[in-house]
Amino acid sequence: MPVSDETPVDLAPVLESFPSLEVEKGTGALITQPALVLEVVQFLRDDPRYRLDYLSNVTGIDYLATVRKEKRVNEEGKTEIVKIDEPPRMDVVYHFYSMSEKRGLVTLKQRITDRDRPVATSLMPLFRSAEFQEREVYDLFGIDFQGHLDLRRLLMWEEFEDFPMRRDYVEPDDYEYEPTPHGEVLEKAKTHAGLGEGGSEE
Amino acid sequence: MEDPSKSTTSEAHTLSDSVDLDDATRSEMEKAGVIVSSVDWLYNWARSGSVWPLQFGLACCAIEMICSAGSRYDIARFGSEVFRPSPRQADLLIVSGTVTKKMAPQVVRIFNQMPEPKYVIAMGACAISGGPFKQGYNVLKGIDRYIPVDVYIPGCPPRPEAVLHSLMTLQKGIRRQRTLGKGSNNPAYVEGNREYPVPSFSGKDLDPPYNPEVWQPPEKRPNMPEDGCP
Repeated sequence: MPVSDETPVDLAPVLESFPSLEVEKGTGALITQPALVLEVVQFLRDDPRYRLDYLSNVTGIDYLATVRKEKRVNEEGKTEIVKIDEPPRMDVVYHFYSMSEKRGLVTLKQRITDRDRPVATSLMPLFRSAEFQEREVYDLFGIDFQGHLDLRRLLMWEEFEDFPMRRDYVEPDDYEYEPTPHGEVLEKAKTHAGLGEGGSEE
Repeated sequence: MEDPSKSTTSEAHTLSDSVDLDDATRSEMEKAGVIVSSVDWLYNWARSGSVWPLQFGLACCAIEMICSAGSRYDIARFGSEVFRPSPRQADLLIVSGTVTKKMAPQVVRIFNQMPEPKYVIAMGACAISGGPFKQGYNVLKGIDRYIPVDVYIPGCPPRPEAVLHSLMTLQKGIRRQRTLGKGSNNPAYVEGNREYPVPSFSGKDLDPPYNPEVWQPPEKRPNMPEDGCP
């Protein structure tokens, strides 16, 4: 189904029913708190103005703490650059379509403010297709989905301790030899004494 | 394969060595109506003509491997058409594709389950070195870190012609092996069934990250300027 055939979705009804929802600049995504997400998604699924019956995609985003620069007009009428501290956070992104009404796409983001112990609400009670995708998000980002019936690692092995898609993940130093190193790999290769430090003791 | 210089030089002249003729001499003698052979030669000729690969694929390289078994490329011409479903019946493990760290213990276990004499072909950039996933966290940087590899096929993925060429290379190597006489370099008759430790999963990586008996990181990098371009 080409995207151009889909009816653009009017977000006004859901924003009216849930005044605490925000619409993200640029992406047009709905941003919600984990506590509210089940009600919002049930509304999007069951309300005749939406009937978003297909959960297409679930993924996560990890944001470290950054300083965002924004241009603003101050009281004297001059534009100035304001630095805004962005606290660390994680998002869980859901993409919804309507198969019956040929509508889409609606993007919904659960915003998790506690990046150290991220807890989200599972959509498994409403969409069974969320099961594996939320398991993958748990596997790679370590986000704990409340209400998920079978939250285990999906891709990595069970004994694995880290969450590889997190921004602060450090991968194992497991390639000792690279014939033509450059860039980051060259820097890494330089840390190996004579390139053979990774356990070469004869 | 085995170092060719070892098999052509005569270290000690034993009975089996004395008939180890080079192909040109053998051909000349055959023209004169004299056939000289050894049991080893006959044995290896038969063995190299029926290398049965394991029916085992890991990633996109497996598609090319399957293709080389199809009618257009027809690996059956080289006696390798019977892809065995069980490692107990297979002679050749074609590691065709990306070996993820989660899959690596199973690949080593399959190799251990194969009976001697057994051979390994590392097919494609991923099986050789990790390929495009070398900087990733979840891909093994070459299956030769855990099991000995006889033939490497570069390519991403290698074409079926390259698969056939690797099989021919392997067959040449098999014909060079000494099996029954003194100085056998066929592991099947020297070491018994080769089994290698299966790595286990640990918190960060596989444990051990490589088998030092099979593979060692190179001592030093070849002379390389600072910018990394040779």
